[in-house]
Amino acid sequence: MTSDEMLELIGRISAQHPRLYPLFSHEFGDAVVGVEPAELLETAVDLREAGFDRLLMVTAVDRGEKFVVVYRLQSRALTAAIFLKTQVPRSDPHVASLFGVWPAANWQEREVFDLFGIGFDGHPDLRRILMPDEFEGYPLRRDFEMPGMIRRPDYI
Amino acid sequence: MATTIESRTPAISAEGLPVEELVVNVGPSHPSTHGVGRFVVHLDGDVVVDVDPVIGYLHRGIEKMAENRTYLQVVPLTDRLDYVGSMYANWAYCRAVERLAGLRVPERAEYLRVIVCELQRIASHMMGLGAAAADTGAFTAFVYAFDQRERVVELFESLCGARLTYNYVRPGGVAFDAPEGWSDDVMSFVRALPARLDELDALLLGNVIARGRMKGVGVLSAQDAIAWGASGPTARGSGVNWDLRKHDPYSVYPRMDFDVVVGERGDAYDRNRCRVLECYESARIVEQALVQMHGGGVRIEGLPRLLQPAPGDAYDQIESARGALGVYLVSDGSPRPYRMHVRSPAFANLALVPLLSKGHTLSDLVVILGSLDPVFGEIDR
Repeated sequence: MTSDEMLELIGRISAQHPRLYPLFSHEFGDAVVGVEPAELLETAVDLREAGFDRLLMVTAVDRGEKFVVVYRLQSRALTAAIFLKTQVPRSDPHVASLFGVWPAANWQEREVFDLFGIGFDGHPDLRRILMPDEFEGYPLRRDFEMPGMIRRPDYI
Repeated sequence: MATTIESRTPAISAEGLPVEELVVNVGPSHPSTHGVGRFVVHLDGDVVVDVDPVIGYLHRGIEKMAENRTYLQVVPLTDRLDYVGSMYANWAYCRAVERLAGLRVPERAEYLRVIVCELQRIASHMMGLGAAAADTGAFTAFVYAFDQRERVVELFESLCGARLTYNYVRPGGVAFDAPEGWSDDVMSFVRALPARLDELDALLLGNVIARGRMKGVGVLSAQDAIAWGASGPTARGSGVNWDLRKHDPYSVYPRMDFDVVVGERGDAYDRNRCRVLECYESARIVEQALVQMHGGGVRIEGLPRLLQPAPGDAYDQIESARGALGVYLVSDGSPRPYRMHVRSPAFANLALVPLLSKGHTLSDLVVILGSLDPVFGEIDR
């Protein structure tokens, strides 16, 4: 899919689904759409209906006051892929689970919960996956500190 | 065998007879787990009621470590993700960096990347098939498969000096040009390969015992494969015609003539058969790439050692031996990635184990695991 076709597709989906707003489009050849956390679940259902049948990736980025939760969707029929992003506050990070929309979210959301401490409401089995159950803290947060962890000096 | 009985939960059946659900702990150090994965298996007699895969034994925090290294220093870390297919992780990461920094790689480097990755696919599939065969007792097939894998590893050794962690694909190209005579060695290998694959195919997948063990075991429907995010031979064995080389083409793959191998029944046999047949296609691609490749540089000249891409994020993916391997990179304008995430195909495929193994016996679980070809370095990261 060319970037023009992608823009048109995003425009069409956004027009059909007013909850969706394009954050920016194909800055690096990728289309990105953002959504409020309260409307994530409905939007995800809409996007699946629009043809995005595969959820490839769920991850998060620590942006200080907020966590950005990033979903990567792909469609074989549309030959297109987009980012779906939402922001949750660091003080109370939780967002709806997409397990009911794409079962692929099962382990991926567990991983984000494990490493970022973001809760996924409605997830059937939300527990740590990579770290031990008794581990305290969330390693992929930028402020995570641990004895023995070496930070490289900035001049490298 | 490192299999221990963990606990017993007595219960009474509907007929009033005492029944016990056995909870058997398989792993983490168990030959059939293909690494260090642990499976807590709930059994009713010999039939699997539920499986809880416990992963993370090989978690080294590579995503966290990447935040503390420059873009170039992350490449050796990606070698340690999928340690039987290091070239893929190298390439997926480099593609994400190149997308982030807006780099255009010389054509000869793209061809070398395609050649090493298709050779890697052969090596990785041979490893997966060999291990799956050894799990079911077919040790002769394991030796035959490893013979072919060894030849690929030797080719890689003469290319970049390493047998396992290659660190060969770098942002902006590849580390070295091929040594003199290397292309001829590769050509003679891929020309001889189909006959060797025929042999392995007949020996392993034509064998009546292996067919009996694999056919009808761990059936995955096409709908489930798509919904659960399965990719690679795991999804294609179920008839899902989805190969990134064809359907989201990258690099010079659009110039290659090859077929996507698709199974029908979605059982362990079809998944393994897809792997064998894909090796024929890989050999075809390598042959075409060697013919099409011409001289030129293999690196972007004058690329600074310290890359500082503009703030933003990028995702790029390639078709690895296990499926869609993606790398998500976030830059804040500094010489180090702000965040790196690896979308691991083996992680997504392993999540299918509880779905696939319910109702099968414990010995079938081993066959199902082998047919998913998990590599725990990539799953645990």
